[in-house]
Amino acid sequence: MVARAAREIAPGMVVNLGIGLPTKVVNHLPADFPVCLHTENGMTGIGPTLPPERADRNLIDAGGAYVSTIPGSAFFDSATSFAIVRSGRLDLTMLGAFEVSASGDLANWKIPGKFSPGVGGGIELAQKARRVVVLTTHTDRAGNAKLKQNCSLPLTARACVSRIFTDMAMIDVTAGGFVLVEIADGVSVADVVAATDAPLHVPDGPLPRF
Amino acid sequence: MKLSDKRCSIQDAISAIKDNDTVMVGGFGVPGTPIALIHALVAHGARNLTLIKNDANEPGMGIDHLLQSGQVARLITTHLGLNSGAIALMNSGRLEVEFNAQGILAERIRAGGAGIKAILSDIGVGTELADGKQVVELQGKPYLVEPALRADVALIHADRADSFGNLAYVATARNFNPLMAMAADRVIAEAERVLPLGQFDADEVHTPGVFVDHVTELGELSEEYAVVRR
Repeated sequence: MVARAAREIAPGMVVNLGIGLPTKVVNHLPADFPVCLHTENGMTGIGPTLPPERADRNLIDAGGAYVSTIPGSAFFDSATSFAIVRSGRLDLTMLGAFEVSASGDLANWKIPGKFSPGVGGGIELAQKARRVVVLTTHTDRAGNAKLKQNCSLPLTARACVSRIFTDMAMIDVTAGGFVLVEIADGVSVADVVAATDAPLHVPDGPLPRF
Repeated sequence: MKLSDKRCSIQDAISAIKDNDTVMVGGFGVPGTPIALIHALVAHGARNLTLIKNDANEPGMGIDHLLQSGQVARLITTHLGLNSGAIALMNSGRLEVEFNAQGILAERIRAGGAGIKAILSDIGVGTELADGKQVVELQGKPYLVEPALRADVALIHADRADSFGNLAYVATARNFNPLMAMAADRVIAEAERVLPLGQFDADEVHTPGVFVDHVTELGELSEEYAVVRR
């Protein structure tokens, strides 16, 4: 799933990878792949993550991981960092999710009474990146569907998600709702339909596998 | 002509902070967090403070010392996810927390530093972050009024300074520091190196010294500034 999601990144893109599963996407890109990674705390051109003994104490990503520069990296303040996001210079962001609705609403920052650490830069990424894709498990730990007709949790942004990568399938959000596009090895269409709490349009004929 | 010398001790710089003050604190995680100034503020003891900081650092680090000492009544921030102690204080009602979208917090501070009263933004329209905010319609679309933020005091961490208070930052330790350095009535900067006047290339200055009131040179950095081993 993470390897499949990495194919979402086209050469030359400016990309922000959210905390969690999305940060692993970079491990599936060739070392010389032309992409500019952005992080909210003020850097473009993120290089490989470093272990503590080789880390620079002043160089982290927004998740707190110690990262490195590459030729062409730039540093800037937090206002400039979000100017990049809000002005449309971010081609793609990959985010985690608690819930995604059939109209592309995203909920990924708050579970009232359980989890409310604050939204950080998530709203601006979800609302303003030119393309928003979600990487998530298809269901939560209790087996509840994360893909639903409507979100029940507080929203991060409305109608922002274009595509969802899960451990079961790749699903697009269209004007007509969820569309099954590709399916994971060892999973049946019936499994995906059963694990999705909204109508899922299934095209005729065999689906590509990943 | 000659530029004034703003160097002073950490204690002298911090001594002007009063109970009930609003204090901006630079930093995103450890990088750029003015740890020595924070410890001096804990020792100083001013209470009922409002802090403005991107995040609450981690337990036992940065502004967590001020939260745990009970000096902070209110925190304006974007994310507390790495500080379970801060979340516990918030959930128990002992700490009032106002969450902002991160780039909006940055712009509210920038506006405060630029003499602008508020910004208009569509970030968070249709979500609970819009609750209670004034809405203005512009060219047929709704925008939230996000009031500018200023503080009584800003605590800044710089890599290098000169005695006039010109500042420069390194790597991701820049973050909110240059914005906050423009947005407070009294700006206190700790710097890893304070250069003699004339030794700081004018083209390398990130924050002009006119914004800065006090400069204090850090000696050997404490372990809290070092790489965090989790």
